[in-house]
Amino acid sequence: MMNRRELLTFNHNAESDSPPVLQSSTGLTPYTGTWTIAEVKHLLRRTMLGATKADVNYFLGTGLAQAVTELLTPATAPAPPLYTYTTTYNDPNVPFGSTWVNAPVNLLANSYRVKSYRSWWISQLLNENRSIQEKMVLFWHNHFATETASVNDARYCYLHNTVLRQHAVGNFKDLTRAITLDPAMLKYLNGYLNSNNAPDENYGRELQELFTVGKDANGIPYYSENDVQNAAKVLTGFRIDSTNIVSYFDSTRHDSTNKTFSAFYNNTVITGQAGSAGANEVDDLLNMIFNTQQVAVFMCRKIYRYFMYYTIDAQIEADVIQPLANIFRTNNYEIAPVLQALLQSEHFFDLANRGSLIKTPLDFTVALCRDFNVVFPASTLLEDQYTQWYKIHSQTQSMGQMLGDPPNVAGWPAYYQEPLYHELWINASTLPARNSFSDKMCNNGYASTNSLIILDLVTYTTTLDAADDPNLLIQEVIDRNLSEDVSQAIKDYLKAFLLGGQISDSYWTSAWNDYLGMPTDVGFYNIVSTRLQSMYQYIMDLPEYQLS
Amino acid sequence: MQRRKFFSTLGQAALMPALINGISFRAFSVSPLLQALASSSNEDHVLVLIQLNGGNDGLNTVIPLDQYSNLSTARANILIPDTLVLPLNGYLATGLHPSMTGMQQQFNNGKISIVQGVSYPTPNFSHFRATDIWLTASDSSQTLDTGWTGRYLNYEYPNYPAGYPNTSMPDPLALQIGNTQSLALQGPSVNMGMTITDPTNFYNLVNGIQDAAPANNYGHELTYIRQVAQQSMAYASVITAAANNVTQQSTAWPVAGTNSLADQLKIVSQLIAGGLKTKIYMVNLSGFDTHSAQTDGGSNTTGRQADLLSKVSEAVSAFLTDCAFLGTGDRVVGMTFSEFGRRIISNGSTGTDHGAGAPMFLFGNKVQSGILGSNPVIPANATVDDNVAMQYDFRSVYATLLNQWLCVPVSDLNQIMLQNFQVLPVIQSNACTTDIHELNAAAGKNLVSCYPNPFTQRTTISFTTQGGHASVQVFTSEGQLVKTLANGEYPTGTYKVDYENEDRASGLYYLRLENESIQQVKNMEVVR
Repeated sequence: MMNRRELLTFNHNAESDSPPVLQSSTGLTPYTGTWTIAEVKHLLRRTMLGATKADVNYFLGTGLAQAVTELLTPATAPAPPLYTYTTTYNDPNVPFGSTWVNAPVNLLANSYRVKSYRSWWISQLLNENRSIQEKMVLFWHNHFATETASVNDARYCYLHNTVLRQHAVGNFKDLTRAITLDPAMLKYLNGYLNSNNAPDENYGRELQELFTVGKDANGIPYYSENDVQNAAKVLTGFRIDSTNIVSYFDSTRHDSTNKTFSAFYNNTVITGQAGSAGANEVDDLLNMIFNTQQVAVFMCRKIYRYFMYYTIDAQIEADVIQPLANIFRTNNYEIAPVLQALLQSEHFFDLANRGSLIKTPLDFTVALCRDFNVVFPASTLLEDQYTQWYKIHSQTQSMGQMLGDPPNVAGWPAYYQEPLYHELWINASTLPARNSFSDKMCNNGYASTNSLIILDLVTYTTTLDAADDPNLLIQEVIDRNLSEDVSQAIKDYLKAFLLGGQISDSYWTSAWNDYLGMPTDVGFYNIVSTRLQSMYQYIMDLPEYQLS
Repeated sequence: MQRRKFFSTLGQAALMPALINGISFRAFSVSPLLQALASSSNEDHVLVLIQLNGGNDGLNTVIPLDQYSNLSTARANILIPDTLVLPLNGYLATGLHPSMTGMQQQFNNGKISIVQGVSYPTPNFSHFRATDIWLTASDSSQTLDTGWTGRYLNYEYPNYPAGYPNTSMPDPLALQIGNTQSLALQGPSVNMGMTITDPTNFYNLVNGIQDAAPANNYGHELTYIRQVAQQSMAYASVITAAANNVTQQSTAWPVAGTNSLADQLKIVSQLIAGGLKTKIYMVNLSGFDTHSAQTDGGSNTTGRQADLLSKVSEAVSAFLTDCAFLGTGDRVVGMTFSEFGRRIISNGSTGTDHGAGAPMFLFGNKVQSGILGSNPVIPANATVDDNVAMQYDFRSVYATLLNQWLCVPVSDLNQIMLQNFQVLPVIQSNACTTDIHELNAAAGKNLVSCYPNPFTQRTTISFTTQGGHASVQVFTSEGQLVKTLANGEYPTGTYKVDYENEDRASGLYYLRLENESIQQVKNMEVVR
């Protein structure tokens, strides 16, 4: 069958013999090329949310190897989310400004706690360190997907989040074990109801299909339906202690018969264990699964699609995926060595791989705030602070990504659904939502009781290297905010916003210098501010701005 | 019916008030234009697909009362009491879940067809793989990256998106209400659908100069985003106009925000009645993956599945009522589907695990109402592996809808379905009268035109035929025949003929080409 790329090229070009798509031929050999804004920006936009000027300048000074080492350093655990929603709901037992994560279960409070949780998560993204941590937490959130709506207890969701954080760049097998026994996951996929009398197959299936080995190769399943039923039997007996928010093992609900698996698992027999020893069978199960070659391949493909691009051709499979999978297995499923090899590789910096990812909604909203140094309310305005973080969440949601609630256990379709993959983020509903958000951030911003979040474009422009020269100003804005350079025609179009109908560049130069000479003069300020608003707004509305 | 064809073929809003206000349909129907236009038909058929994500438990939806004893052994903890099952006229052995009163009534009114035991050979139990199989209409062991409705739309409108929108197809080919484009609408090269959440609220997108997209992954994605932006701009006004055409809908709809499926279907009904020629609408309702708490215990008539089925029933019933209210009932057929049914025996969580066969609902004035197929046979001692058997391949239902409702000739079905499937008696036999495929396939082509246009005295008309009989006629905007410029056998090729206005008044005229089953109408304007 003709591949989709060829078809697209064929259809979009008038000539039938359209040029072939530029393909990479690079692998994991360490990259030794130039280290400029372009390379640093590419690395940061893939591993963090956006690339602020401060971060780019910092890593320009460290070089690639040091940059990757620093990015792979796990961040310390953040302080938990707080109770700030006094005006909407009075959460008993929790004083204003304290955390609710260990408070007694409270069904009435739950939706407010979930809101607090989402706001808190947005703040972690907005204030991330120079680390891959947050991008990896999002990766695992998509991989081990749970939904707050189904878990129905914000305390479980928060605990689940801390598990993802703890193992974000740690060991994948340890993470899988922790998730298997995690209260939120036990609730979400009914593991807590799975018993010897009536096994519930939900987790036993997804553990294999979505979390470790994948479903099939070209329609031939790896594991059998019998393997699903047996995995479910192994996992019988785990329960949730909702008071202490931990899982525990109830041996009376455990199926202690022997479980025999298919040839894919080398016909492994997991010996049934009675009493408390039954809880150890979960390790036998994970050992059996992680002994297959397929786990590393499945995960490396998923990591590749997350950081690189969705097309994996034979060359990429041979020169990138399989070597990464070897690294993963050799290092006993430690995540960092895999990421290090990928992020330092020639393949990662291959020109064919730059700017090809469509920004996720979070990459759009959060990175926009970070790149333009949007100021959020301080903790002295706690309720306002959470309200404004939540506004960013609401906007992200309107673009199709709800933090804490992927659409189902497979995560967001943009990460797995052939043939469109990340193109699914963009449609006639979500693309306007993106433009609407950036337009509003450039103009009136989002107000709450005591604060306003808005792009301060004049201040941002003062951080540029040569803001008095419209040509250099535009070039730097493009270099820092778009993936690829644009034509002179578009630059001229952008300059027209700054010149406001005048022909000479000096018009902008004198307007800018007037403002710098007397920043408090409202007239001078307005002249530059309205022109900058129009220009930045136009850039952010460009389809090019959706790519990173 | 004929009046609607007239509208949808011309698609000229300017014409509508004159026709609606005071001019009787009967008087008008004898005009040569209408007679000419009436020879093609069915282009106004619409298909509405309702996806029930998660795998709906069919055995608690369409309940086999003649299997009740074995059923009560297999699923005691979620069993619906037989006395509470909603009876269906003419089918003593089968009834509906107690929460489905709306659909029960519509069934008894002849508006619903139920197909029993729908599945496919070697069913897959993964949500994601099974969903892909249903959306692409692939075999169990086959991976396709085009959707079945995407292939249909590509067959019907092969040039899309080049040349669209145009006067023959001014509207989106398919609309998805929601936030994510479905694989079902994926065509061989582009997705054939458009995704909207609010038909009356579109945002102005940037429409400035563009650099050429480079031939790499970056350029590929850039092209995709630009295409969405262009599509959004191209169709925003027609969608808003269609929505604004309908100011009142039936009172049968539930309060907004209480039933997401009903909210989506209400928009669909509004847009259909508002005049969109869009062929396919997709909506969905999630949450059918009832591994646990499928019922709340007790009489098992409440719980997650009851809530969901109640929404489906309320939404479908209100949709049918609204279509009747708005006069679109004969144009619409709908269908529900879910990636699989659930296991015959229930699990310990008052739920059911992933299964296979399940019933499908088809609805609309033109379905053959009743139940196709027999009740599933429930074994006396069902085991964990037992599933509802397949009676009909889901692709037979698709093939039937394509052939009997969207009027794709049998000889062309294989292009879309990729293999042979039986056509089932679920659509009334008179729904398709003539072949409209060629008409639509020509929509992206410019088959007839005139230059200059507007003109005062004389214009030259060009027309292109695919061989066979062709005629070219000029009509007034009221539908009166002005002149026949060509009428005879024209071998494949492009022809030119001059047209003299002969002192007729300024205004809008229609230029119409008919070539075998193809027809195309263009505006001509006389300025004096």
